[in-house]
Amino acid sequence: MAAVTETIETVQAATEGTYKWGFSTDIEMDYAPKGLNEDIVRFISAKKNEPAWLLEWRLKAYAMWLKMEEPKWPSVKYPPIDFQDAFYYAAPKEGPKSLDEVDPELLKTYAKLGIPLKEQAYLAGVEGAGDSPADARMPIAVDAVFDSVSVATSYKERLAKDGIIFCSISEAVHEHPELVKQYLGSVVPQGDNFYAALNSAVFTDGSFVYIPKGVRCPMELSTYFRINAKSTGQFERTLIIADEGAIVSYLEGCTAPMRDENQLHAAVVELVAMDDASIKYSTVQNWYPGDAEGKGGIYNFVTKRAQCRGKRSKVSWTQVETGSAITWKYPSCVLLGEDSVGEFYSVAITNNYQQADTGTKMIHVGARTKSTIVSKGISAGHGQNTYRGLVRVAPTAHGARNFTQCDSLLIGDLCGAHTVPYIENRCLTAKLEHEATTSRIAEDQLFYCRQRGLTQEDAVGLIVNGFCREVLKELPMEFAVEAQKLLQISLEGSVG
Amino acid sequence: MLKIEGLTATVDGKEILKGIDLEVPTGEVHAIMGPNGSGKSTLSYVLAGRDGYEVTGGTATFDGVDLLGKAPEERAALGVFLAFQYPVELPGVGNANFLRTALNAVRRGRGESELDAMQFLKVARARMKELSMPEDMLKRGVNVGFSGGEKKRNEVLQMALLAPKLAILDETDSGLDIDALKVAADGVNALRGPAFTALVITHYQRLLTYIVPDRVHVLMGGRIVRSGGKELALELEASGYGAPQAA
Repeated sequence: MAAVTETIETVQAATEGTYKWGFSTDIEMDYAPKGLNEDIVRFISAKKNEPAWLLEWRLKAYAMWLKMEEPKWPSVKYPPIDFQDAFYYAAPKEGPKSLDEVDPELLKTYAKLGIPLKEQAYLAGVEGAGDSPADARMPIAVDAVFDSVSVATSYKERLAKDGIIFCSISEAVHEHPELVKQYLGSVVPQGDNFYAALNSAVFTDGSFVYIPKGVRCPMELSTYFRINAKSTGQFERTLIIADEGAIVSYLEGCTAPMRDENQLHAAVVELVAMDDASIKYSTVQNWYPGDAEGKGGIYNFVTKRAQCRGKRSKVSWTQVETGSAITWKYPSCVLLGEDSVGEFYSVAITNNYQQADTGTKMIHVGARTKSTIVSKGISAGHGQNTYRGLVRVAPTAHGARNFTQCDSLLIGDLCGAHTVPYIENRCLTAKLEHEATTSRIAEDQLFYCRQRGLTQEDAVGLIVNGFCREVLKELPMEFAVEAQKLLQISLEGSVG
Repeated sequence: MLKIEGLTATVDGKEILKGIDLEVPTGEVHAIMGPNGSGKSTLSYVLAGRDGYEVTGGTATFDGVDLLGKAPEERAALGVFLAFQYPVELPGVGNANFLRTALNAVRRGRGESELDAMQFLKVARARMKELSMPEDMLKRGVNVGFSGGEKKRNEVLQMALLAPKLAILDETDSGLDIDALKVAADGVNALRGPAFTALVITHYQRLLTYIVPDRVHVLMGGRIVRSGGKELALELEASGYGAPQAA
């Protein structure tokens, strides 16, 4: 089984104490000239052969971005970013036509990362029998984004049978322009914030998902992001639409080579859920975090937002944030539809010199809307971890409910945990709860485990996984195991 | 055989053990009694290798292997088990997961194959039945929300599963009602045999009516001040520890 090999490799990586995804791929690349200006925006749009309306849309975003300032409110520190000192477009020279024509170097890269791009025989003869995402043996459809472009998307034809569209957003622009035009920027407008504006101007690729009315997506969908090229930013855009009664579970993973420089990743993810639709969006974020001295690593400045437009619609965000030098990310839900539900389950780890300012926004507009926030922050080394969350209840949200729980775990005495909850309630019938705790891994817990034969590192892993259990159990089964291992690796060397 | 010679140890710079000499031959169960603050728990922590308990002199070997230079988990792999006076809570960590992780860690140390979840459950259920413990203890978080008695039973269950060569029971009887006490004693007695050595630390004679020791030692002021047969426990119960006497 691949899973077993993978687990062995993960454990090996743990014992070696290295970021095992830190290799880079030698492949001929096509770059835009370095720097950012209107011509670069035009260059990207031309590369992608985009229609005029999209170029206009990008240029409008670029003009907005020029007038905006970098947000200064997050509790993260970093030297000023020189936006002219990066490449905004980098793509493998040989563009793939179909799954069979993908450059073997790329296939090898993804195989090394444990991402299967080759479609397995789709349970020949029993199609339909296991049409449930809960079936752990189901294949996973993958869209692989390498630097600025999507290099492969698997199981497209199988999904198309159910009317599901799963492709790169560049492809969607050409194949399904009416959907893209209707929904792009409808959840996160171009001028939403500094990084969203930047993304809107220069986004290169990402995934597009449309689940038609009443369809339950028969397999997990996932996008795997890989930054490979040097001095390159990755600006992807993901758009997922679940039409009435549709159900989909989507996973996003990401890694990057180990490099001394900081690289920028500024993505935008937009989710739209119509009446009775349900979207589960899980992220295992494993960007290169920098070395033990804090050199290098990805700046992960991401805007993720969902609109629960329909009645009884539901969006659930689950994130396990172990990588990146700096994480700035607030997956949010705007609960417009009556009885709609938003959930946010998060584990964020900061070790060495990592910094994370992450949380969520739950905006209650519809009546009886409900939200749940469970955030687990773990700080080790010199790591700084901030939970920042907003729960806002509009006067229209009669009977709205929110439950928030923020727990912080400290390992060592050089790290920090901060909790910044904002609560704005304008509705008398709403009911809001907030709980928060801060704790340490106690010496007696470690000794207890070690007396029972566990090594110090295994003991920390066990205790941390226990601390995160409520969140990890929200992850799809296949990824929960990987996430547990990842937590342990991320905390490598944090104790003792 | 557990062999301790001239063992001295400090906690926060204060000398607690002032020269312990003790031999427990393989297959025997010895009791250590003594008043509060005499160094009983310190002795058990020093043998198990807890941080902050600094050995300043002397030796402790088990079957000829030096214990003091080893990490706690290495001692566990050698077969040393400490039943805690205050078992520690591990929130979110399932008891079954913890027990299996511990059992496999010790099995690895012994060069035995690891048990998968199904094999483990089979073994665990059998032991739990012997100790008349409810099965739902496997599903709960490690010691979280357990009553004092349940925590001690959980210690006994762990001991039964790990089948140590040297068990150190640190006041396992404290906080136990008579039924729980019997369960704990049954757990120890079930393991008794020519390859099982135990050090039972207790305040009271009560436990020793259920776990009948081969020898009883009195620890006072950081030294073993008296040793005798099982009747010594009864004598101490009647007359108290009193002033230190020559052994």
